[in-house]
Amino acid sequence: MADRRLSVSLRQRTPIPLNVEFTCDPGEILAVFGPSGSGKTTILRSIAGLYCPEHASIRSGVEIWTETSTRTFAPPHRRTVGVVFQEYALFPHLTARGNVMTALGHRPARERAARADQLLDLVHLSTHHDRRPQQLSGGERQRVAVARALAREPAVLLLDEPFAAVDRTVRRRLQDEIDELRRTLEIPLVLVTHDFDDVVRLATHLLILDRGNAVASGALADLTSRPDLSWLRDAVGLGSVFEARVVRRNPERGLLELAFDGGTLLASDRVLNAGATVRVRIAARDVILATSEPKGLSLHNVLAGRVSALNADPAFEHIIVQINLGGVHLLAEVTRDAIARLDLVGGKQLYALIKSVSINVIPEFRMPSDQGPGPRTKNQAPRTK
Amino acid sequence: MDWDALRVSLRLGAGTLAVLLPCGIWFGRVLAIRQFRGKSLVEALVTVPLVLPPTVLGFYLLFAFGARSPLGQAFQTLVGQSLPFSFQGLLLASAIANIPFVVQPIQRGFEAIPSDVRDAAACCGLTPWQRFLRIEVPLAWPGILTAAILTFAHTLGEFGVVLMVGGNLPGQTRTLSVAIYDRMQAFDDRSAGIMAATLLVIAVATLMLTTTLSRQVSPRRG
Repeated sequence: MADRRLSVSLRQRTPIPLNVEFTCDPGEILAVFGPSGSGKTTILRSIAGLYCPEHASIRSGVEIWTETSTRTFAPPHRRTVGVVFQEYALFPHLTARGNVMTALGHRPARERAARADQLLDLVHLSTHHDRRPQQLSGGERQRVAVARALAREPAVLLLDEPFAAVDRTVRRRLQDEIDELRRTLEIPLVLVTHDFDDVVRLATHLLILDRGNAVASGALADLTSRPDLSWLRDAVGLGSVFEARVVRRNPERGLLELAFDGGTLLASDRVLNAGATVRVRIAARDVILATSEPKGLSLHNVLAGRVSALNADPAFEHIIVQINLGGVHLLAEVTRDAIARLDLVGGKQLYALIKSVSINVIPEFRMPSDQGPGPRTKNQAPRTK
Repeated sequence: MDWDALRVSLRLGAGTLAVLLPCGIWFGRVLAIRQFRGKSLVEALVTVPLVLPPTVLGFYLLFAFGARSPLGQAFQTLVGQSLPFSFQGLLLASAIANIPFVVQPIQRGFEAIPSDVRDAAACCGLTPWQRFLRIEVPLAWPGILTAAILTFAHTLGEFGVVLMVGGNLPGQTRTLSVAIYDRMQAFDDRSAGIMAATLLVIAVATLMLTTTLSRQVSPRRG
């Protein structure tokens, strides 16, 4: 894996403060999450070679892209990097095909048009290849931008707020497509976003950025189950994200049975096949704690576990309790009064109570069974004009 | 009809374009993209020929071209003739007088290209030259075209600078605009009328050409 790993280390004080160090392996999506002005885009620009911080070391596999200590700096056109810009930055004077062909300079001229069409098909834009960006909808433009970024056969794919300019429904579909790409491409993906929804749905790893400083970084499940990330708590609220498997549907009862390392969960029913992998997010505010197993409740999920950590940040009114459920860590937000009444200390055995409607189930992207070009057109967003 | 004057006018227009357009594209792009100290001063200097009365500009150029100035002397030794009252002198004066007409529209043209689009071109693997020819020039094309048309039209119509620097030498420096004035002074209304109509036709034809070209080449909007 290390032969295609992206390793980045950036440090500078002015004009934009930066202090981050991370790696991203092929098949991973590293989400760089933080508010606007936290330096997210500067990180992407540094990787692409559009910016050079004071102290920087950027490597893609064995290739050195930036190394300020030895004054090594490869200009952007020498880096095999694909970038999807925030507003897509398509070339307005070229068609969709022309935009993609521009990034195919490494291929023989006679192959470029066919390859461009192939890439546009890959991102589910099977018609409109001859249209210019002004004649495409937001979602279609994003697809062209992704196809153009992939055209270089990049060693790293960078996405700068790729869903910011499209509406919610198109956004879901595009998120699925990026997820599909991650599975098929085997290259590191770095996604910059200020929307936690993107993180929950797509990221495998997370880097939290605040004013240029990496507040925390690591695997998504590890980071979302940490009780001490006050910054994240402030920004979006805490809630563990972990993987689960669909056991069976129970439409008559309106329930979906999920299995995870810590037991079984019952969530609200939705159309999913048994055996499908899903992501589950449970917000800390939606978890109730009990010291003995309660009876006669309307809720479905009563899970036994142990207190593995507590966080009593004086900046917040409530306390975050981390509960270990067979290796999976769940977070619960409770009052200081509850901590005292239940005598919650590390190692104490208790029950976590979760309503089935509070379990946010995010289906992982599945490759469509039929690969023909016909049905794919249904994926196209309605044109705005 | 003074055919020599028409020839001089067209040669001057084409010559000014040939000299000024490449420099203007380079300089306009630098002003649009680069940030440097004293940029606003340079921008102000570029505009000076626009606000200066042509006779004043002609007066200073005449002095700068004169046998006592370093430029005039250098030209005299190199070419063996004096700069004032020659076609070369007229061409140089015309190029200087037209700097704002060529630089400003081109600068606006390059400024209109979003920096993201230029960055995207670099990230597509295009070298700086490929970016310039395949992305920047086509996108700045309306500005470049406007600059070319303005310069050509303005050169044909220039009167004050031409008279001051070039004088009124038939076949050498007498342009159509000067010839019209000359004929009017001699009460030859008919010749002046024909020449004025010729300039009018050229002006309209140039505008029509611009419209056609910009429709064909510039990016379709919407």
